[in-house]
Amino acid sequence: MAILVNKETRLIVQGLTGREGTFHAKACAAYGTQVVGGVTPGKGGTTHEGWPIFNTVREAVEKTGANTTVIFVPPPFAADAIMEAADADLDLIVCITEGIPTLDMVKAWEFLQNRRSRLIGPNCPGIISPGKCKVGIMPGSIHKEGAIGIVSRSGTLTYEAVHQLTQRGIGQSTAIGIGGDPIIGTTFVDALDLFNRDPQTEAVIMIGEIGGNAEETAAEFVKNHMKKPVVGFIAGQTAPAGRRMGHAGAIISGGTGTASEKMAALEAAGIRVAKSPAAIGETLAAAIGVNV
Amino acid sequence: MKIHEYQAKGILKKYGVSVPSGSMAASREEAEAEAKHLLSTGASGVVVKAQIHAGGRGKGGGVKIAKSVSEAGDLAAKMLGMKLVTHQTGPEGRIVRRLLIEETLPIEKELYLGILVDRAEGKPVFMASAAGGMDIEQVAAETPDAILKQYIDPGMGLEAFQARKIAFQLGLKPQQINPAVKFLSSLYKAFLDTDCSMLEINPFITTTDGRLFALDAKVTFDDNALFRHPDLRELRDITEEDPLEVEASKYSLNYIKLEGSVGCMVNGAGLAMATMDIIKYAGGMPANFLDVGGGANAEQVAHAFEILLSDKSVKAVLINIFGGILRVDTLATGVVEAARKTNIKLPVVLRLEGTNVNEGKKILMDSGLNFIVAATMKDAADQVVAAARGIHGVTEWR
Repeated sequence: MAILVNKETRLIVQGLTGREGTFHAKACAAYGTQVVGGVTPGKGGTTHEGWPIFNTVREAVEKTGANTTVIFVPPPFAADAIMEAADADLDLIVCITEGIPTLDMVKAWEFLQNRRSRLIGPNCPGIISPGKCKVGIMPGSIHKEGAIGIVSRSGTLTYEAVHQLTQRGIGQSTAIGIGGDPIIGTTFVDALDLFNRDPQTEAVIMIGEIGGNAEETAAEFVKNHMKKPVVGFIAGQTAPAGRRMGHAGAIISGGTGTASEKMAALEAAGIRVAKSPAAIGETLAAAIGVNV
Repeated sequence: MKIHEYQAKGILKKYGVSVPSGSMAASREEAEAEAKHLLSTGASGVVVKAQIHAGGRGKGGGVKIAKSVSEAGDLAAKMLGMKLVTHQTGPEGRIVRRLLIEETLPIEKELYLGILVDRAEGKPVFMASAAGGMDIEQVAAETPDAILKQYIDPGMGLEAFQARKIAFQLGLKPQQINPAVKFLSSLYKAFLDTDCSMLEINPFITTTDGRLFALDAKVTFDDNALFRHPDLRELRDITEEDPLEVEASKYSLNYIKLEGSVGCMVNGAGLAMATMDIIKYAGGMPANFLDVGGGANAEQVAHAFEILLSDKSVKAVLINIFGGILRVDTLATGVVEAARKTNIKLPVVLRLEGTNVNEGKKILMDSGLNFIVAATMKDAADQVVAAARGIHGVTEWR
């Protein structure tokens, strides 16, 4: 089963003809994802690396039957690309782009409210269902098909968690990077809810970081609704207040959004929290009773 | 990006927000000239305000009132060049290089106004409180009900009825409501047009003769939107920033200087924070946050390495890379280049995983330089903390 992406995913790439778009479209296809075309306004009718290029997302969807898009469009144009994809009624929009102005995202977020598309990101590594489909920039080789769902605000820290699991022989159902920006499409709660209902997923790792209160909201959801074990980690335990730690959303402002209050909220909801990032794998193993 | 109060007020004034009369002064002479101008045009006194990118200036002695030109000059002379320490500057304080000289006003009430983007709601929110002048964070913590929140529909903007609601809840008088609506609408327009991430008026005052003013103004711009505001980029004051952070920003590196002795270079913000955390668990303290990003090239990595090494408190360096977009061989090339160039003497611990990891390790081995390669994140943290304490030779290279 896995969630959101699988063998049925038909992917188009917005910004396929760019350097990043080309590199990752090939990597996704090499992993086994059905990449069916690309969108670059003005280059419609041409082909790129064997893929047909379209001027608009709607045309690409009509001609290829795509149900998912991944966006590698530069920050000034990325919010517009998200809205265009939502207007074409795609099931899933994955936006990798980092550096989109917040007020552009405010507009795109509003635009998405009454439409059927789900947005993952922006400023995220994407989503992978190991052995089935990869829509994003993560290294496919570190993953292993299995039963653990992962949801994270960070990219490379997700790879770290995946790596620790795979090394222990524990596979993953789906790993989602929800993104490091203040305004994102899919939240922790959305992802937890999907994992909760996914028969393949037996337990979930949730990786948060300083800033905002999405982890606290997720803890509340876990306490009230989650039927599967959840393991957590919060990055930024040593981060100073008032400084933006790389991610636009990773900032302790007004004394709130600290790692310690998030860890306390997670623990209060019955989530096992790994204190050290090196202990994410072993904490999960303990939570599901695997002795490795 | 943060800007000074006088710059923020300059922007607000253009949008029709009423601010006290005054101007910036960088010398005693300029301060006296402005004070003279204000006192001769009806001001009963002037305020001399230190301009630094930190709050709490009043308590730290950075805001003083003068009744005469010479008094203003004396205060300015004393304040310029002084080290101002507030609860936001840390013990090292900030050097005062600019002042704002303003008319004093007969304050009746001090209120609070702020606009920011609410992350959970995905829309701008106007915050208002009758408890102005105070630390709003304290108000939020102690009496959250005292803060009124008005979410703004981004498709519509701040509507007049919403502005009136805020004005009435702040307890303004009937004849102040319409001016307040204009004030609030102008603030919101300034917020949108300049891509603020935060705009705060604390205090927003009423005067005994019924007028409304932004007595202070704090503006932070969204760094991601600065590409479309070349005029606002000019307002950056690099003397308010750490020199190493300024240097790092030239190469699009996310670097934040911290107090510890273990320098670290990581790809990805989450992993970079987690690396700082694990250094602490291993008994050390991180000297910095440094995210070289997903798309870093060898040159950026080399610059990053140089920046780490120019921090004199760094005693050992940990490089933790999980190659996704950033390939490990690219990183290794940059590290070797920088290590040769800087003739590095400090111990360097590397923990590498991901795309092209074997090619990367080979580049490091063939370099002939003395790197320590760790197997896991925990191992890397233990080794680098030991190295920073001067315990060498914990692991043999290769």
